[in-house]
This record gives sequence, structure tokens and C-alpha cells, in this order.
Amino acid sequence: MSILINNSSRIVVQGITGRSGLFHTQQCREYGSNIVAGVTPGKGGIHIEGIPVFNTVAEAVKYTNANVSMIFVPPPGAADAILESAAAGLELAVCITEGIPVRDMVPVKAVLKQSKMRLVGPNCPGVITPGECKIGIMPGHIHRPGKIGVVSRSGTLTYEAVKQLTDMGLGQSTCVGIGGDPIIGMNFIDVLKLFNEDPGTEGVFMIGEIGGSAEEDAAHWIQEHMKKPVAAFIAGVTAPPGKRMGHAGAIITGGKGKAEDKIRTLTECGVTVASSPTKMGEAMQTAIAAKGNGKKKPS
Amino acid sequence: MNIHEYQAKEILNSFGIPIPRGRVALTADQVERAAKEMGGRCVVKAQIYAGGRGKAGGVRLVHHPEQAQEYAKELFGKTLVTPQTGPEGLKVRRILVEEAVEIAREFYLSITLDRSTSRYVLIASAEGGMEIEEVASKTPEKIHTLTIDPFLGLRSYQARQIALQLGLSGSVCEDCVNLILNLYRVCLEKDCALVEINPLVVTRAGWLMAMDAKITFDDNAIFRHREYPDMMDYSQLDPLEINAGKYDLAYIKLSGSIGCLVNGAGLAMATLDVLKEFGGEPANFLDVGGGATREKVAEAFKIILQDADVKGIFVNIFGGIMRCDVIAHGIIEAASEVNCTLPIVVRMDGSQVEEGKRLLTESGLNVQCSDNLGDAASKIVGMLG
Repeated sequence: MSILINNSSRIVVQGITGRSGLFHTQQCREYGSNIVAGVTPGKGGIHIEGIPVFNTVAEAVKYTNANVSMIFVPPPGAADAILESAAAGLELAVCITEGIPVRDMVPVKAVLKQSKMRLVGPNCPGVITPGECKIGIMPGHIHRPGKIGVVSRSGTLTYEAVKQLTDMGLGQSTCVGIGGDPIIGMNFIDVLKLFNEDPGTEGVFMIGEIGGSAEEDAAHWIQEHMKKPVAAFIAGVTAPPGKRMGHAGAIITGGKGKAEDKIRTLTECGVTVASSPTKMGEAMQTAIAAKGNGKKKPS
Repeated sequence: MNIHEYQAKEILNSFGIPIPRGRVALTADQVERAAKEMGGRCVVKAQIYAGGRGKAGGVRLVHHPEQAQEYAKELFGKTLVTPQTGPEGLKVRRILVEEAVEIAREFYLSITLDRSTSRYVLIASAEGGMEIEEVASKTPEKIHTLTIDPFLGLRSYQARQIALQLGLSGSVCEDCVNLILNLYRVCLEKDCALVEINPLVVTRAGWLMAMDAKITFDDNAIFRHREYPDMMDYSQLDPLEINAGKYDLAYIKLSGSIGCLVNGAGLAMATLDVLKEFGGEPANFLDVGGGATREKVAEAFKIILQDADVKGIFVNIFGGIMRCDVIAHGIIEAASEVNCTLPIVVRMDGSQVEEGKRLLTESGLNVQCSDNLGDAASKIVGMLG
């Protein structure tokens, strides 16, 4: 079992004729993903690598029954591409695009609250259900089918974590890169909820980083609701205060955003936090063993 | 992207927000002339990309043009260190000369993104002139916030509520309503990550005025504002950071001796963490982007080597889809071009990893390869120890 995507996902690629859109379409197809259509406005009617290209997502859905979108549209048109996939009635859009302005994402986020479509990203590596379906830019070969769910704000750091899990014999049910932007679609809690209900997932590894308070929010949710062991790593313990995010940003989060605070909150909420990026796989093993020994979380 | 106070004020003013009369000067003579124009008595303000200037001696009320000139001579080229600049401080290259305004009351006003609601939020406080974080932690009840609906926008009645909460009444209250609506227009039309007026003042004569202002643009929106790059004052940025920016590399100078070259921000942060864990001190944060290319790796390598503090280099590339032989070529190309003899430890993962390692070990560079993050970190720390 898995969450969000599997071998019956029918994928439409928005921005399929761009350089990285086409490259990753080929990569995903080689992995076994079922790419049924592409969309590039103005290029409807052509075929690329044997895939039919349409002018709109609605057309692609009508002719191919696509239900998931992978978005590679460049930043100026990316927010529009997300809205279009929601309007076409898709179940899920995975937006890889990096660099979408905040002003464009504010209304998108508001629209998605009223929509049945889920959004992963933007500025993310995508989603993979090992052995079944890959929608994104992650290297498929480091993943193994298994029972660990992975959810992360990072890209390449997720690959590092997945490699450690795989090397230890811990395969993955689904890996979700939720993205590093200030405004994203699904957050940690949205993904944790799905893993919690997925019979194919027996534990979750979560990767966070400095900034915002999504990790703290997730920690409290885990303490309240999570039935499965969770391990985590937070990047940036040694990061300098660095470039200021601006006065007003700090006030909203009320001083939240430091790695130490996130680690403390996660630990307090029963999450096993890896002390080093070299020990992410170990932390997952520890969390599973602790749960197996019958240690119940305080309810 | 940051801009100076005077530039932020020009933008506010172009949206109908009143600002004090002022002039920007690049020399002490210009400061004197500007001071004369203001009638002698004026405020001389150092322009740097950081707040907290007042306490650091970067702002002064002067009473005649000669005094303005004297102070300007002292300020130009001086390095101001404020809580926001870091210990190295920032050099003063531009000075704003403004009319002195008689102030009756001071407020704080800003608009920024609230990440928890994914909406813009207006923040107001009657404690003007103070650091807003300080007000938030000491007297949170003095802060008023308003979350803005993206479809309804900011409405007059909402702005009026904020103005009333600030204790304004009568015509100045209505002026404040307009000012707040205009501030939201600035935020949207100029793609601001932050637009802040602190303090917003009511003058003795009863007029609203933005006495100090700060604008940070959303870096992702620069593509639709062609004027932004021209507004940048490169003297306020680290030269290596400017260079890195040209090649779309995220670079931050740190204080240690191990140069770091990593793909992806999360992995780059984790790499700094693991170096410190093994007793090393990173010289920089450098993210070449998730999909590192040969050109970017080569440019990143050169930038790291321009830092005289660097005694060794740690490359951590989780290529995945990227070919490691291509990355290896980038490293060898850059290292030989600048005659690098420093010890290098390379940790790569991706396709063609064996070929990449072979190229590096046969390159004649002082390089060691490793498959494992912890092992690689201990190697580079050991080589420098």
C-alpha cells in the first residue's frame, strides 16, 4: 500500500515540452510511471515521445482520464498551472517549479482550501511510491519498496535519508517532498494523517529544517494522534542567524524557527530525533524498536 | 532583496504616502548643500542594509550645514556595526539628509506574509520606533494584527479599525485609513516580502508621515520588476556573495576554514552540522542547486577558493540523476584553472560514481573520495587537523 500515488495513477505533465519537463518525463516513464498526457498551451495536437500534448489540462483529462498532474511550468505561469489542474478536477498536483512569487501563491492557497485537489509543493522533489510510480525529480534507484513513509521539506537531504534507510533494509511505502517554499500545498500534518491511515506504512521518517513552525505543529499532532513510530531529523542546528527574514516575520512565529526549538518540541512529543545527519537511518530503527518493545506514548 | 531607506521612502511616496523632504548624498559637500536646502536644521542618516543604525551612531540631528558636513565626513567610509549587521558591520556609502520634523506621536505599521495562514498580514502597534520583536515579547497586547483576505483585499472599514486601535481620531484617522490601503497596494504591486514603516508619526502639525521605512522584495518576483537590479547597492553585499549571485548560487560566508560545496539547501545545512559534529569549522554555506551542473560546480569551486580563510574543501553532491563523472570534470576543471593545491574531500552519489571517483583520483589533485557522509566529514577534518 502507499499514499497519494500508485501504479494506477494516470499522469499529465504540465510544461512537458520544456527542457527539464521532458527530461524528467522520460525519467519517470523509465521508472514505470504511467504518463498519459502532456500540456503546453499552443502546442496541442503534437506528440512528444509518443505522448499526446494538449492545450489545456481539461482536454487532457477528457481524452486520457488523467487524474494526477506533474508541473514543470516556469515561475511566471506556475501558479496558473496549479489553478488550471484544480479546475480540471484532478485529484493531485505535484508542482516541481522553484521560484514562484509569494503574491501568486497566496490566492492559489486560498482556492485550494475550497478544492478537492491536493497540492504537493511547489519547490519540491515530488512524490515516489517505490516500485510503482515516481512523480518528480528524485533518483528512483535509491528507493526500495517497504513500509517506511518519508515526508520532507528538503530535496537532496531526503535522498540522503532514503539512501540510509534503504542501506539498512528499511524500504519505503511512499516518499513525499512537501517543498521548501513559505507557501506550500500539503504540510507535514496533511501527509502524516495519510501515513497514519495507510495499512502499508509502519513508521514515518520526517525531515525538517530551520524557519517557520511547521515541525512544531507536526510534533503536537503526532503526540495527539499518531499510532505509528516517528523519527526525524532537523537540518540547521549549526546554521548562523544569517540573513534576517525581516522584523515582522519574526513576530508572527513568536520566536519560533530555530532548530533547537524544533528538536526539543519533537522529542517532548515522543519523536526520535537523529542527533546527526549520518544517523537518520539509525534513528528510524530506534523508533521502530522502541514501539515494538511495547512502549506506549503517553495518551 | 533589500533596498535602502531612501529608496523605500521614494516607493511609498509614489503611492501617496507622505515622507519628510530629503535628499540622498554621496559626498560630504553634497550633505552640506542638502542641509542648506533643508534650512540648516536637519537629520543626517547613514544608509546601510540594516536597522539599528541610531544606537550605532549612524543617525544624528544637526543644527547647521557645517555640522552636517563634519558629521558626514566622519560617517562616509565608516563601518557601522548594529545588532542586524553581524560583527563585520556595513560601510556607509550613501547618506540621507532630511528635514527635521516635530513629532507628536509614533507608531509601527507593516505588511508581510504570515506563513501559518498563507496570507498577508497587517501588523500595527502604538509602540513606534521600537524593535517590533521586543514589543511582541514584552507587551504582546500592544500589537494589532489583521489577516488580509486575498480576494476581498484590505477594506477601508478594516483599516479604520486598526487606525482606531492605534488611538487615532478625526481627520488623521481617515488619513491613516488611506495610508494603510496604499501600503497594501505597495506590498502587492511591488511584490514585497516586507514593507514596514517604523516609526509612522503624527507631526505636531497633525500630519501623518513615514519617518523610517524598510522594504524587502520577494526574490522570486524579480523577473517581473526590471528596475530592481538597478536599485541594488552592491557595496552593501559581500563581494563573494555578489559573485555567487551571478551564477545563481546561494552562498553565505561563515567564519571557519573548510570550504563547502553542496547541492540542495537542506543537505548543505546538514553538511555544516556534520562538519561541526566532527570538530570542523565551515568557511561557508554554498548550495549549487538540487540539480548541480558542471558549470555551476566549477564556478562554485572558484568562489570558495577566493576566500583566503579556506584551508580545505568539502564537496558533498547527492546527484541522484546527475552523472558523477560530469561533476568530477567540473571540479577538476576549476581546480586546475586556479592551481588549487588545498586538500579536497569529495563525497558523491549518483550515476557513474565509480567513473567520477577514478577521474578525481587520477587528476593529480590533493583529493580523497568517500561514499559516506560521516566518513567524508572526518576525513576533511583530519586532513586539516
